[in-house]
Amino acid sequence: MQSYGLLIDNRYCTGCRSCEVACRNERELSLGQWGIKVLELKPFKLADGKHWEHRYVPVPTAECDLCGERVASGEQPSCVMHCLASVIEYGTLEDLAGIMAEKGEMTSIFIP
Amino acid sequence: MLKVHFNEDAPPAVRETGDGTVIYRTCAAGLGCHNQGCGLRVHVKDGVIRKVEGDPDHPITKGRLCVRCLTALEYINHEDRLLHPLKRVGKRGENKWERITWDEALDAVVEKYRQTVESYGVNAVAVLCGTGREASKYHHPLAFDVFGTQTVIHPNSGWSCIVPRKAMMRWAMGAPYIEIDNAAGLAGRYDDPAWECPKYMLVWGRDPLRSNADGLWGHSMIEMMKRGCKLIVADPRVNWLATRAEYHLQLRPGTDGALAIGLLNVVIEEGLYDHDFVDRWTYGFDELARRCREYPVEDVARITGVDPDDIRGAARCLSEKPSTLSMGLAVDQNPNCLQIGHALLSLFAICGNMDIPGGCLMGATSTFGGQVENKPKGEDEDAEPEGLAKYDNTDTPMIGHDRYPAMGALVMTAHPDAALDAIETGAPHPVKFAYIFNNNPIACMVTQPKRWYEALRKLDFIVVADLFMTPTVLGLADIVLPASSYFEHDGLISNNNFSQPGQLGSNIKVIPNMGETKSDLEIIIELHKRLYPRSANVKYRSPEDYFNAELSQVPGLDVSFSQIREKVIGQYELDYRKYEKGLLRPDGAVGFNTPTGRIELYSTQLARFGEDPLPYYLAPKYSKEERPDLFEEYPLTMTTGARRFTSFHSENRQIKTLREMHPWPTVQINPTTAAGLGIDDGAWVWIENHFGRVRMVAEVTPIVQEDVVSCDHGWWYPEGDPDSLYGVFEANVSSLIPHEENGPLGFGTHYKCMPCKVYRAQGGE
Repeated sequence: MQSYGLLIDNRYCTGCRSCEVACRNERELSLGQWGIKVLELKPFKLADGKHWEHRYVPVPTAECDLCGERVASGEQPSCVMHCLASVIEYGTLEDLAGIMAEKGEMTSIFIP
Repeated sequence: MLKVHFNEDAPPAVRETGDGTVIYRTCAAGLGCHNQGCGLRVHVKDGVIRKVEGDPDHPITKGRLCVRCLTALEYINHEDRLLHPLKRVGKRGENKWERITWDEALDAVVEKYRQTVESYGVNAVAVLCGTGREASKYHHPLAFDVFGTQTVIHPNSGWSCIVPRKAMMRWAMGAPYIEIDNAAGLAGRYDDPAWECPKYMLVWGRDPLRSNADGLWGHSMIEMMKRGCKLIVADPRVNWLATRAEYHLQLRPGTDGALAIGLLNVVIEEGLYDHDFVDRWTYGFDELARRCREYPVEDVARITGVDPDDIRGAARCLSEKPSTLSMGLAVDQNPNCLQIGHALLSLFAICGNMDIPGGCLMGATSTFGGQVENKPKGEDEDAEPEGLAKYDNTDTPMIGHDRYPAMGALVMTAHPDAALDAIETGAPHPVKFAYIFNNNPIACMVTQPKRWYEALRKLDFIVVADLFMTPTVLGLADIVLPASSYFEHDGLISNNNFSQPGQLGSNIKVIPNMGETKSDLEIIIELHKRLYPRSANVKYRSPEDYFNAELSQVPGLDVSFSQIREKVIGQYELDYRKYEKGLLRPDGAVGFNTPTGRIELYSTQLARFGEDPLPYYLAPKYSKEERPDLFEEYPLTMTTGARRFTSFHSENRQIKTLREMHPWPTVQINPTTAAGLGIDDGAWVWIENHFGRVRMVAEVTPIVQEDVVSCDHGWWYPEGDPDSLYGVFEANVSSLIPHEENGPLGFGTHYKCMPCKVYRAQGGE
């Protein structure tokens, strides 16, 4: 059986949290519940004294069903479509691993 | 020169699914934004919206939406929404109201209007407008065409929003607006052969990712970064863009002018500019070069706190072609605004980046009624005179234009600070009546909100149109008009009033009006009908007539509102290099639309106003250097207004999902400073200066330097006590910013650079 997941390009996630709300709307979740949540690696100055690390990492939760219904009707998962920076991709693990290798850095794959 | 593109393969504007659901495609028009035009699919069943999601067929947003539109259902169905006209029955601010009919409400407005005109003259009628909903586009129609008054007030000290930038775009560059080239007007977008990716983008005091500033869809910056565009960021805060920049110029708040001229100095001294362009198309280069020599990089570094090697390195990057400029509100919110704008635009001009693919796009026209190009012309002689013409009021000077004549050459509003003085003193004429819409001035836009509140409270009559009970409505209104959301009316959307290529679309009425709401335009048309029942003016017959009149103002555009509505969203494209084709000047000559026909590095327009025609640095008036007396008690520098995804100025504060993300007004403070003051992350603190104090939650973060704090703006608590006007005076940081401490020619003020101290709020206080 094929496994599907979400690939996140963490270089460009801007922390807009559209995925959180888009998912909540789709899954009809309540306040305090998330199907995907944006975690923050808070900013700090790197050892070179010039550059900064600051990263947002959206993490799908146990509530994520990869938008089975949407996908079945030919749509993208809600978080994928609404993400302002277009950093979330849906696909088979095989395809996503290929994309990850291509991007080379600051990428994660989640299987909810 | 102007091409319109519609995607003929896009799904229809309206389609039904099997279960009785109707799916509408539409565009967003300001619910926590300007009328930006982001694409939506709205699912409606039995007249009720079931779902709001992005429209993947929108050429610019392509399905993407921010959290403000994603919480649209919470907004429009909110229990606190105003759904019926109300009349105040208690004292102002007592929160006692009686429901009345629209006829009663509009009759009361018209009766008070007529009484005011009769007793005090038509200019005693004021129209105040902000930038919510459909922004300022109906401000002048209501004031000029309906009420006939010249008392047009955008109550933002020093007009510190867009207008100072526009001043130098118009006066020095000869264009109504200049913006980054994000391929928004091209049918093929980034793949269009006409487009080129900028090598560098200078982002100056702007965070479009959060703000979608001035018609620009902010995340197009990310699309361009992915295509290889590199960033240079000038900002006192290490915002997200700064962490991804080649150079982050972390300047001291308020020192923008010095830094901008420093960059120019490097480009000129090192001969990195486009010599051919400078010879053929600019005016005053030698004078500019001489001026820049007064700002050696080492001096600029000392003033701004930026490493001199970074200034040189950034300048060298920006001299590469094509590069583009994204300059933001921080330019306007500084008394040095005209000079900062002039220096930055000149930097891109001399490097040959004006109006080239991937450079700085010049608009050719603007339909914004407030710009002097759109000044009302003489009326049709046979028609019954209306508005300004009825009162022979077309040429009456506006409030404050005697003090600040330059304002009248740019924008047709009162000088905002002078307007407060007029309301308080009755000079040059009394102000007795106010119509306030798209505006919650007590919570956001004005400086010294308490003073504005006290002044406005003394007016004879105030009517406010809004979607929610705000501190402004509660504290001031005699009549409240319930405004509709963009799901409840049609509207026309363009990119910054047609002053840039980009989206051309419509917001579409998808549900019946909630309660008895009406759109701002519908209210304006109703008032027009009441005042001019025999009017021959087609424009005010219906919203559609109005939009068609607006479209007819755009030269070369041949499309009707019904065509746009049917297609929902299109793009309009403007040529590149319009100055070579005679497309910028009304006389059709090649060159730029300035007095000299060239880009004016030496501004003849500034000279005409008696101002220094070249850029110069003006030190912030309340800085440590200028006011050492304040420094001892107020050792920190406060900047304000950094944007959040969760609100648009004072809007969205009642939306629970957004408050879950960002619950309280926040002050960012450096860890070292916080530790010294005994302030923990999440603690309530007071921020105080010689004008007042506000209470916020501390966010301890290294993204601000040790002597800088950054405060949220536009806060009030809809869940709070109505008796305190929802706690607005304790939350609104504008209390700490002065009245009428504007810069040359009356522009800009100190929103970004004020002294303050920060201390823990003890116990319940």
